[in-house]
Amino acid sequence: MKKFLATAIATLALSVSAQAATIKVGVVGPFSGPFALQGKNFKAGIDAYMAVNGAKVGDNDVEIIYRDVPQADPAQSKALAQELIVKEGVQYLAGFYFTPDAMAATPILQQGNVPMVVMNAATSAIVTKSPYVVRTSFTTWQTSTPIAQVAKDAGVDKVITVVSDYGPGVDAENAFKAGFEKAGGKVVEAIRMPLSTNDFSPIMQRIKDSGAGAVFAFLPSGPTTLGFVKAYNQNGLKTAGIKIFAPGDLTQESDLPALGESAAGMQTTFHYAVSHDSPENKAFVEAASKAIGNPAELSFPAVGAYDGMHVIYKMIEATGGKQDAKKAVDAVKGLSWTSPRGPVSIDAESRHITQNIYLREVTKGAEGKYFNKEIKTFERQGDPGLAAAK
Amino acid sequence: MQTVLSIAIDALAYGMVLFVISIGLSVTMGLMRVVNLAHGAFAMIGGYLASYATRDLGLGYAPAILIAVVATAIIAVPIERLLYRRIYGAPELTQVLMTIGITFCVIGLANYAFGPTLKTIPLPETLSGSIDLGFRAIATHRIFAIVCGLIVAGGLWFLIERTAFGIRLRAAVDNAPMAAALGVRTQLVYAVSFAVAVGLAAFGGIVGAELLPVEPYYALRYMVTFLVAVSIGGAGSIPGALIACLLLGAIDTTGRYLAPEYGEFFFYLAVIVIVTLFPRGLAGRFK
Repeated sequence: MKKFLATAIATLALSVSAQAATIKVGVVGPFSGPFALQGKNFKAGIDAYMAVNGAKVGDNDVEIIYRDVPQADPAQSKALAQELIVKEGVQYLAGFYFTPDAMAATPILQQGNVPMVVMNAATSAIVTKSPYVVRTSFTTWQTSTPIAQVAKDAGVDKVITVVSDYGPGVDAENAFKAGFEKAGGKVVEAIRMPLSTNDFSPIMQRIKDSGAGAVFAFLPSGPTTLGFVKAYNQNGLKTAGIKIFAPGDLTQESDLPALGESAAGMQTTFHYAVSHDSPENKAFVEAASKAIGNPAELSFPAVGAYDGMHVIYKMIEATGGKQDAKKAVDAVKGLSWTSPRGPVSIDAESRHITQNIYLREVTKGAEGKYFNKEIKTFERQGDPGLAAAK
Repeated sequence: MQTVLSIAIDALAYGMVLFVISIGLSVTMGLMRVVNLAHGAFAMIGGYLASYATRDLGLGYAPAILIAVVATAIIAVPIERLLYRRIYGAPELTQVLMTIGITFCVIGLANYAFGPTLKTIPLPETLSGSIDLGFRAIATHRIFAIVCGLIVAGGLWFLIERTAFGIRLRAAVDNAPMAAALGVRTQLVYAVSFAVAVGLAAFGGIVGAELLPVEPYYALRYMVTFLVAVSIGGAGSIPGALIACLLLGAIDTTGRYLAPEYGEFFFYLAVIVIVTLFPRGLAGRFK
């Protein structure tokens, strides 16, 4: 028995060393807990990419190792990233749903000689923390700025902003304010409400009392958006003609079945809608729906992950499978390709993705399902947040 | 003046929703003396069942509420028989550990069975619009929630204070062996009260679903608010719970209108002040 075991271990060890050309990619994201849906979307995007493009780059096999950080937890994120680099020997780090998680892992990239591909975390400053960070998602500034122009074009001069009181909410408030004032409008009042707000009636009353012609809102997608949109309708703001403008977080595909009628006609700007009409997106949606199981759960983190994998594949190609973070990152600077969301490129200076931002309207489809219908395109938008931070 | 009235109405509606959901917890904690952290889980089960009944089975709102409340109470019976009965009178820590365990199990099951996305309970035509009060519009559903709160408060007060069952329940709670010696079937009384408390949780989960949408983490997300409402009111007291919910609703709503950037500062400040002045809650029944 002992001998058998020893042989088994020896063969196992041999087979491991024979597969030395396996390139490991460590993915950190929320795969359990309240944000598991987002982690599931990461996985669906990655699986879809590998299903379409194969699990091999040249002669090298690509292996994904997942690590779970259920909620924003920088210490845990850093510990897991370190473990992935040191123990698992990953050549690439990817994923990162929350900004603090991504920020916490940036200091170890240089020493570990590992590039990081951020597939979601949307605060502008992340890319400045290390020269090895590349981002394939979006920033709140990027998605919130164009809606200011939309509001102005709709003939609105006075707007009140209402945002959830946390990093991305404050980003959205600043982005909108900057964009709207540049367009010649005025933000009459800025309200920040706690993340845990359930009852939005008093907020709606404030909006009414402010005398603004429209409201700009930002809340993270999930349970609160439902309450907010319903309160907007039920407190008579819609009938009073007060318009609502928001980035796409408020009308996520995964929330739309619940929002339904109350969100109909709402206009939002975002970088990706599952309904985007292009052959690339059709192929992506088909592959990702298969990977996620329930197509209704598919939303934006999947496309960030899909494009993230594209960038990682290009990096592996450029380095021939050798671990060289600098060469890998240099290889994708200025890289442009057609993503499911449209034409995109990695900005050579900021290493953030330049992409189209779409204005969408919540519309009832032929089968009675609500979807985000793209009605206008803002082409090749960079990240205005980085410029504003300087 | 308009603003004051407007805030008052919002406060009343929010307080009533809070009351409908929390009162079941007040019964388990105050009368049965079980720290039931799974209360939110039962409210969530009610919400899911109602959502399933309306959306997938195509039932109306009223029958869906009835079915969901009864079904949740039925689910609760074996749970009470097998799990809760062991922890009556046990130290609080044991109760907390077991009920939080149940909560996590329910979250996992709900996530597996219904998926992580939001579930809604479609309202009937008569409740879905809003009513114009002259100075502002208010969702018809809020009025419905206020009425439900009043009915629940009145009905429960009558049940506990004025019926034979209420007398047996209070006797069983105050001194179980003595009540049993006098012929009260305490185990049955406990089982029925538990089922009623769970049914109330389910009812609250359904009626409150417009404010607190049903999703797997519902069970934990709002538990702190429910616990605060119960401890401020004094566990086991119906008038206490009602006053506490209206008070907290008023403070929360006013704070949110006047200074939303302070977050829940005023809410918890009020909680601290009240608990300092009334350690047993506004109308605590037990010393």
